[in-house]
Amino acid sequence: MTVEHATRSSRVGIAIIAIAAVILTLAPYWGDRQTLRLLAEMFTFVALASLWNLLAGYAGLVSVGQQAFVGLGGYVLFALAILFDVNPILAILIAGPIGALIAVPVAILIFRLRGAYFAIGTWVVAEVFRLLASQISVLGGGSGISLPASVVLTMAPSRQMREFEMYWLALLLTVAILAAIFALLRSRHGLALTAIRDNELAAQSNGIGVWNIKFAVYVLTAFGTSMVGAFIFLQKLRISPDTAFSVNDWTAFVIFITVIGGIGRIEGPIIGTIIFFALRQTFAGLGSFYLLMMGAVAIIAMLWAPKGLWGLIVERLGWQVLPLQRHLVLGKDTRGKS
Amino acid sequence: MQWLNVILQGVLIGGLYAMFAAGLSLIFGVMRLVNIAHGDLIVLAAYVSLMATQAFGVDPLTSLLLVVPVMALIGYALQRGLLNYTLGDDLLPPLLVTFGLSIIIQNGLLEAFTADSRKLQAGAIEVQTFQLAQNLWIGALPLIQFIVAVAVIAALQLLFYRTALGRALRATSDDQAVAQLMGLDTRHVFAVAMALSLAVIAVAGVFLAVRANFDPAIGPARLIFAFEAVIIGGLGSMWGTLAGGIILGVSQAIGAQIDPGWQLLAGHIVFLAILAVRPQGLFPKVSG
Repeated sequence: MTVEHATRSSRVGIAIIAIAAVILTLAPYWGDRQTLRLLAEMFTFVALASLWNLLAGYAGLVSVGQQAFVGLGGYVLFALAILFDVNPILAILIAGPIGALIAVPVAILIFRLRGAYFAIGTWVVAEVFRLLASQISVLGGGSGISLPASVVLTMAPSRQMREFEMYWLALLLTVAILAAIFALLRSRHGLALTAIRDNELAAQSNGIGVWNIKFAVYVLTAFGTSMVGAFIFLQKLRISPDTAFSVNDWTAFVIFITVIGGIGRIEGPIIGTIIFFALRQTFAGLGSFYLLMMGAVAIIAMLWAPKGLWGLIVERLGWQVLPLQRHLVLGKDTRGKS
Repeated sequence: MQWLNVILQGVLIGGLYAMFAAGLSLIFGVMRLVNIAHGDLIVLAAYVSLMATQAFGVDPLTSLLLVVPVMALIGYALQRGLLNYTLGDDLLPPLLVTFGLSIIIQNGLLEAFTADSRKLQAGAIEVQTFQLAQNLWIGALPLIQFIVAVAVIAALQLLFYRTALGRALRATSDDQAVAQLMGLDTRHVFAVAMALSLAVIAVAGVFLAVRANFDPAIGPARLIFAFEAVIIGGLGSMWGTLAGGIILGVSQAIGAQIDPGWQLLAGHIVFLAILAVRPQGLFPKVSG
């Protein structure tokens, strides 16, 4: 008896992913600066949403405080680059372990809260980070600080080269995070995680160390989120406590993306990001009305399609039809069932 | 004397936090729902009061006669029309739906009232004070607010343990299925609980709006205060929320006295410290 991961549709899916990867890698040769920036921003949201999906969709840790680690990563980058002259790309790599390290005591503390109270607990932690950041006067205190031009110049001398570099960095970071999540879900621990997602009590009674796995997922997610945060603020070139620890930008949008796309499925955040950006490009001119509409769409999706768009596709059409969807990024998952 | 004054002011503001917390605690107790839009509903109540004072020329405290029933009605409708459909074993739907609701209320208020800071004017009562001792004064309004908070919590306690409605609420909290078998319409009971929660919120929102400036974006911070007071006081205990609110208020007042930047931080840190050493809160409800 063998365990098969791949299905016919997933093999096609992998082929599509390979083609998409090539096209996206070559984007600097076919896209203008605007396109590259938009794509890079989309990649960061795919990464953030995939990490949140791992946390909430698989480990059942519904956090509304991931902005804590986005902001932390951003501030680590600025601190390293400004105060210690560290190369920004190296700083992104350092932001990961620092985020993970700080996540350890945070997790021990807030894991005492259950369910929805856990969610608000994570938010309190993010608020504490925001308030602490505004006390750091060498990094601009409450009003924030810009990244000096000298730091940016260390990346690449020409502006165009920097744009390309940032784009590939975003792509690489996101692909690495997706691959790590994929590898985790394919592993023994991933099976345990899927079991926890489906029924926590049953998982525990089958001998899965639920606390340990949740703890590990929380810390790993903080690792990835901090790196993405560092990248985001390297691209923005400016950081302030309110933007770094914004609950709207780094949590509300990310939750919207995951819920619309399909929570608890690895493809969900990718689909969700495409929908989110399509909506944003179309309706962002409406200002706060656009946000209002997004809130309403999220509620409707949660009530009528709690598994998101990808969940609907899987349910209605089944896996075999997957390649016909012609979403370039579909079919990341090859196990048949997420 | 200066510190005594700081602590006294902290206690009085704690009453307001206790009202924030009581509404949150109530619905969690009855239906295990944590309402992420709680803070935004408090702000909504402040705006309803603003409209009432402008439309009828009444003072904010009188506007409560209108704001409380309006908010209770909104609560009932919200629960019957939306939130009841999210309840179940899964934690995610109520959480995300109330999160969406929070965004809708915030941006709806922004569309309707702009981001300008508002404040309700309560007239002469705002500046009246009593002298307790030399150099120790107490404002009439904060005192009224504290007394109202204690009265609201006492009333909720009485309602819970002395009335048929309270019995229904407690029965539903203990076992929804059995409560249903005994002939209770849980959908109605939940809606009544939400109406009660929003009635309490209405009172809190009006006092908040008289005390300080408000704008559409301040809701989430109120949710966090409410939540911290609930956890500090201990889940499920009404008097605990009062204690939690007071502890939070005093911590913030002391923090602000040390450094204005530390006001909120001090509150959060005391909350985290209590979570670390006594995660069940100070006065958890006795099981059963």
